[in-house]
Formats: sequence, C-alpha cells, structure tokens
Amino acid sequence: MYIQGVLTVAMINIISTTGLAVFTGFTGLFSLGHAAFMAVGAYTSAILTYFVKAPYPVALLTGVLASSVLAVLVGYPTLRTRLRGDYFAIATIGMGEATRVILENLKITQGARGLPGISQYTTLPVAGAAAAIVLVLARNMLASVYGRNAVSVREDAVAAEMSGIHLLRTRMISLVFSAGCAGLAGGLYAHYLAFIQPVMFTMVQSTQITAAVVCGGTGSLTGPALAAFVFTVAPELLRAAQMWRLVIYGLMLVLIMVFRPQGLMGYRDLSWQGLCSLAARLRKGVRHAKG
Amino acid sequence: MLLQTTITGLAIGGIYALMAVGYSLVFSVLNFSNFAHGSVIMLGAYAGYFVLTKAGASFPVALAGSMLAGVILGVTNERLAYRPLRVRNARPLYFMISAMGVAIFLENLVYATLGAHFYSYPEVLGRSIVRLGGASIGILDLFALAFSSVAITGLHFFLHNTKSGLAIRACSFDMTVASLFGVRIDRIVGLVFALAGALAGLSGIFLGMKYMAYPTMGWITNKAYVAAVIGGLGSLPGAVIGGIVLGLLETFVSVYISSIIRDVFSFSALVLVLLAMPNGLMGRYVEEKI
Repeated sequence: MYIQGVLTVAMINIISTTGLAVFTGFTGLFSLGHAAFMAVGAYTSAILTYFVKAPYPVALLTGVLASSVLAVLVGYPTLRTRLRGDYFAIATIGMGEATRVILENLKITQGARGLPGISQYTTLPVAGAAAAIVLVLARNMLASVYGRNAVSVREDAVAAEMSGIHLLRTRMISLVFSAGCAGLAGGLYAHYLAFIQPVMFTMVQSTQITAAVVCGGTGSLTGPALAAFVFTVAPELLRAAQMWRLVIYGLMLVLIMVFRPQGLMGYRDLSWQGLCSLAARLRKGVRHAKG
Repeated sequence: MLLQTTITGLAIGGIYALMAVGYSLVFSVLNFSNFAHGSVIMLGAYAGYFVLTKAGASFPVALAGSMLAGVILGVTNERLAYRPLRVRNARPLYFMISAMGVAIFLENLVYATLGAHFYSYPEVLGRSIVRLGGASIGILDLFALAFSSVAITGLHFFLHNTKSGLAIRACSFDMTVASLFGVRIDRIVGLVFALAGALAGLSGIFLGMKYMAYPTMGWITNKAYVAAVIGGLGSLPGAVIGGIVLGLLETFVSVYISSIIRDVFSFSALVLVLLAMPNGLMGRYVEEKI
C-alpha cells in the first residue's frame, strides 16, 4: 500500500517534470513558479468534483484548461519581448505568490485551511496511464515541426526568427503544454491525497521539478522522467536527510551547471534502439579486449 | 494620512531600490538574472544581527560587518558558481539555473543550521518618531531612506567618475571589445559582484531591522526583481524608479485597499507595465546584435 502510494506520487511528478522538460529543456526558457500551475489545476478539478460532483475526467481536463489559461495570461506579456526569458522567470515568482494569496483568501477554496475530503480517484493505474500518455504526447510533439522549431529557438532565437519561426507562438505553445501538464499533475495529486492546501504548492515544489529537469538533462525527456522518479523515491528511503534535501538540490543545480551542464542524459533519450546499439558497442568492446 | 503613507512608501521603496540596483548592476554586465542576490541580502541581515548581538558592536560596525559579509559572499559566489560558466561562454539559461541553485542552497543551509526562527534586531536606532507636518515618521524609515540615497548616489558617482567605473560601463556595452581595450574582465566582474554584495549587505541590515532576520526573507527580496523589471532590466535609474514605484504602490494598496492582496497588486502592476511597455519604464530596447 505504502509502496503503491510512493509510486503514484512518482508518476504524478513525472507528468509535471515532463511538462517542464519541454519548456526548459527543449525551448530554453526558465520558470520559477510551476507549482502555481499545479495549484490552479488541483483547485479547479477538486472544486469541480467536490462541489459540483462533476465526473473525474471532466474535472481533470477543466483543471488542465484553467492552468493553460493562466499560462496564456502570464506568458503573453512576458514572452513578447525578444530579450530572452528573464521577464517570464521573474513574472513567475510574482505569479506564484499572487496565486497563493488568492487561494488563501477565496471562499470557495476555504482559505489556508484547505479543502479536505476530496474523493480519492487517483490510483496507481490512473496515474501511470496519465504519465504514459503525457510522455508519448511530449515525444510526438517534439518530433513534429513544432518540436524542431522549439529546439531551434533554444539554440539561437535570432537565427530561428530569421528562418521564419514565430518566436512568440513557439514559446507560447511550449508554455501552454507545460502548464497543462502541471495542471494535470495538480489535479491527479489533489485526488490522490484527498486534501489540498495552498502551502503545498510553494517554491519547494517548483524547485523539485526544476531540479529534476536539470539533473535529468536538458534536451531529454526520459532523463528528467527518470530523475523525477529518483527524486520522489530517494527521500522516502532517506527520511533522516529530509531537512538537507533542499540544500542538496541547490548544491546539485550548481554542480551540474559547473561540471556537466547537459545533465545526466543531455540531448539523448532512452530508446529501444539506443539500448540495442549500446549493447552492440559493449559486445564490440569485449571482442576488442579479447582480440 | 496621505503624507504619512507617501513617506512610508518612499522608505520601503528606497530599500527596494537599493536591492534592485544591486541586481540590475549584475544584469547589465553579465546579462543574466542573479537570483542569488536575495540570499546574499538575507545573509547580510544575519551578519548584521550577529555582529550587533554576539559581538555587542555598535550600529556603524554592524553596518560595515554586513556589507563586508555581502562583499565576501558575492565575490565567492561569482568565483565558484559563475566563473566556470563564463569561461566556457555558457548560455544565460545555465547562469540562471546556477544562480537559482545558489539561492536554494544558501536559504536552506540557513534553515538547516540556524533554524526557522526569527531573529529580531535589538533597538539600535530607537523607536523615536519625528513629526513632520502632521505625519509621524519612524527614525528607522528616515535612516533607511537616507542610507539608500547615499549609497545609490555613491554608486552613480563611482560609475561615472572613476576609471573602474568607466570599465564597468564599457563591459555592460560589450565585454569582448572592452577586453580588447585592456580591461581585465575577471577583475571587473569581481568588482561588480563586490559592489552588488555591499549594496546587498546594506539593504540586508535595514530589512532585518524592519522585518527581523529569517531564512525565507528571500520573499521580500523577490520584490527587488519585480522592481527591476518594472523599471527596465539592466538600467540603474530604472531600478531606482521601479523600486520607488513599487514601494509606493504597495503602501498605498495596503493602507487604502487591503494589505492581504498587496502582492496581487504588485504582480498585476508588473504584468500591466510589461503589456504597455515591453521593456519596462526605462529599459533600453536590447535587440541581439549579430
């Protein structure tokens, strides 16, 4: 039961991390407040199932929609400038705080006390299926024309724009996708814990998602997903180190940037083909060693 | 009431401006958002507190102590976390991630070692009140306003009247060309972080006296980034104006509307300013050159 719970949370974290991997890893923009998108998704879907008794999938999708709308509202004014992503990153700090303040003072969210007694719809198969769908969607999207545009914007925004890529549109699509993923993760999370509170969606949550993406590798989908899994399971094993977890995350971000900025799996992805060729290389290596 | 609110707003805005200038200074030279600036401010506040209480020193000594701590932290931070990236000519995104790592590391290190409790400063400047045309102003607010104006004016003088200041301004235009003219980039970047650190220490001790010292003080320092963006990233006059505008806005909103939704207002102001003026109030339009 306990292991099942940890795995469910891991699946949910994989969803939010995949979203940010598309945004930071493939489009090259930075966010400091993805937890706010999670919060909006969580609250929207929870309010729908709790007060309106809406069916679970409808509630989840509305949550995704709500966080996408928030993403458009914040993204449009801040991503419009060509001056990189600094404006957006700073706006997300403000967005995180503003979202928390609003959630703590609305009647329907029951303020800082939070919403208890949400139906527990999220099980391991539900979360696992959602994670699989998101991963496949992300992979397909990145293999499409849109994905190539995003990568070229990351590599050189000026050159991309000169080749006729619409900078704002590309960045916005990427942002909306990643905010949608965060909203979905939030909705699943609310219906797993059966209780949500504004303080759950703070900087700590955002930090964990960012750390997973950076450690897993920018420009990779499986790397961040793997890192998200490890970052959820490892703290469970090392309960004593709880307090030091964020200290280690911070140190890890700096060390990775200094020594291995591409992260664990930079620009590469785990695939069946890749595993086969790795095995072949190993075999060749063995043969070389013998010969 | 109006005068009172304006003066309180100016005092808070002065501290915001001081924080925003330090952050904008680094941005103008290295072109990335130094999110670690807030943690340096936080540690400056702690340094000031410990010098005052543990060493029992007087206020000027504590002020010097927290500025010194800011300088040391800022320079060390640059050496360890940014220089390796700069040498490699890494992307601004990597600088931002590294800076955020430093911020998370320092904030949680303080959490894990000193704990979450609030250290309240002893009464150094006293709680006496100056009466000015019907408004009563705390002496602390007056000091904060005075010190921030002096520091910002001093920085302006330094940048415009010394050789090193000229070198910093040259680097903010083009680092490669500046180095061709014999500017030692490593030394100038170190100097920029030392200056930003000193400003951080100064704002840290005033924030500490006003709101106490605690690990998540960073939430207040985030306002400095917002102020810098409102004013226009990388522009020092913009940072000052942005800080004062934000300080006034927040004080007026808390007095006349509600202090709970103050942060929602400052965030909406940020979004509205960016909608109307994509480069902030004073930002130069920085197009990338090819």
